[in-house]
Amino acid sequence: MKPARFDYVAPTNLDDALSALAAGGGEARALAGGQSLVPMLNFRLGGPATLVDLNAVDELAFVEPTEEGGLRLGAMARQQTLEHDPLVRIRAPLLAEAAPWIAHAQIRSRGTIGGSLAHADPAAELPALLMVLGAQARVARAARGSESGARIERASSLCDLYLGPFFTSLEADEILTEVEIPGLRVGEGTAFAELARRRGDYAIVGVAVRVRLGADGLCEDAAISLINAGPTPCLAEDAAAALLGEVPTPAAIANAAEIASLQCSPAADMHGSVAYRRHLVRVLTNRVLLRARGRARERVV
Amino acid sequence: MSDVSIRTRINGEEWTGAVEPRLLLSDFLRGNLGLTGTHVGCEHGVCGACTVRFDGDPVRACLMFAVQIDGHEIETVEGLSPAAGTDLRIADLHPIQRAFHETHGLQCGFCTPGILMTVASFLERNPKPSDREIREAISGHLCRCTGYHNIVAAVARAAELLTEVEA
Ligand SMILES: Cc1cc2nc3c(=O)[nH]c(=O)nc-3n(C[C@H](O)[C@H](O)[C@H](O)COP(=O)(O)OP(=O)(O)OC[C@H]3O[C@@H](n4cnc5c(N)ncnc54)[C@H](O)[C@@H]3O)c2cc1C
Ligand code: FES
Ligand code: FES
Repeated sequence: MKPARFDYVAPTNLDDALSALAAGGGEARALAGGQSLVPMLNFRLGGPATLVDLNAVDELAFVEPTEEGGLRLGAMARQQTLEHDPLVRIRAPLLAEAAPWIAHAQIRSRGTIGGSLAHADPAAELPALLMVLGAQARVARAARGSESGARIERASSLCDLYLGPFFTSLEADEILTEVEIPGLRVGEGTAFAELARRRGDYAIVGVAVRVRLGADGLCEDAAISLINAGPTPCLAEDAAAALLGEVPTPAAIANAAEIASLQCSPAADMHGSVAYRRHLVRVLTNRVLLRARGRARERVV
Repeated sequence: MSDVSIRTRINGEEWTGAVEPRLLLSDFLRGNLGLTGTHVGCEHGVCGACTVRFDGDPVRACLMFAVQIDGHEIETVEGLSPAAGTDLRIADLHPIQRAFHETHGLQCGFCTPGILMTVASFLERNPKPSDREIREAISGHLCRCTGYHNIVAAVARAAELLTEVEA
């Protein structure tokens, strides 16, 4: 099918984009890579009166190092930059490892980081990856009514962004502008695994983890996030907590994986039952924790 | 909802004109320009039949609007071998097309133009791919006829032919 009629604006800076969204009064939508929005328009699932195309807003398309050894990713940075940018490989190896699993090359060339985060598909990789890395999102909107200044900005943890499937705390006049990822610390290792029908398909289940080991070999910090194992991307907090202060032996890791599998709340669909998804959460969590532990050990000094 | 003026390059040729914002790039190429080599299968990004190159990167033409190519460059399958016409000779084809011909990499040909555009970008980035990398590279394309084995062989052969051209 074909999209219904809409007005089209292509601002070249963020302030113009924010005013265009605000002027739309809830009937305007941001167009980023279009890789989720255009299929919906083609199916006529929702028809915004105005599309505010962000593709010419160059100030949102960046990948920059931070002084703390981390990274800032602009909302309009393409998903393919995660795969090819050497800075990402060094500073956020988890993103480079997982990037080939985010859709196909022809989708990643257009699809953006901000678009994937804002779309909030529970099967999408990026929200879970950035959550496990402890990323902060920045959100902006044009000043409303009596507010002074042109632009109001706020920060949001990734966890606070997600309210339900395809449902975020972003308001209609807000644009997610960037995410900031802290640098990898000494003794820290990350890993990712996913099961999908084909490379590039949405995850049946995926798991991303980060662990930090002290010089004594004890686990000082851990985070586990699950993809498509609940209504939103989520952290398996109890499972991660079970590792804290422990030597991450295979038994301790198996225990954490068991907790993750019992506490997640996946849904059934044509690709797998609830029981199968729980099984995958256990197997994949176990596997990636072992891999992250190996990587963390190489970084202990 | 008025038409928007755009200026673009398509297969090396300048094009200026006005388009309705909701016109998909795939429909613009086929309907407005008569470049019917770009096929349309699913119109939601899944099948790959509509894949063209946007500033050198493979993209889904069904997930872009024609207004978005303003100031950018598009390559379609018609641009691969400009010599092609009614008295087409195999030798005039692009090396990737020759490879598909040699190895029987297509049957009905519906999926082929999109795959050729993906492969053109893929082999620029990775001139000596392994079989696994080839399979991954074409995973964004559905083919209902070949069973894929001959497509994989065609991409491997295309890599050989392109290296010969360069040598
Ligand atoms: C065949 C196919 C397979 C795919 N497979 C996967 C997969 O395996 N894993 C995966 O994660 N994704 C997958 N995707 C989705 C893809 O990653 C999309 O690119 C992504 O979900 C949306 O990003 P976008 O930049 O294309 O956003 P758009 O489609 O342009 O926008 C999506 C939504 O987010 C809003 N939005 C966009 N940017 C912003 C912003 N900066 N601030 C506020 N709101 C914003 C839009 O208004 C819209 O509502 C697939 C897509 C296709 C077509
Ligand atoms: S028609 Fe565009 S991907 Fe199927
Ligand atoms: S050759 Fe018929 S679909 Fe691929």
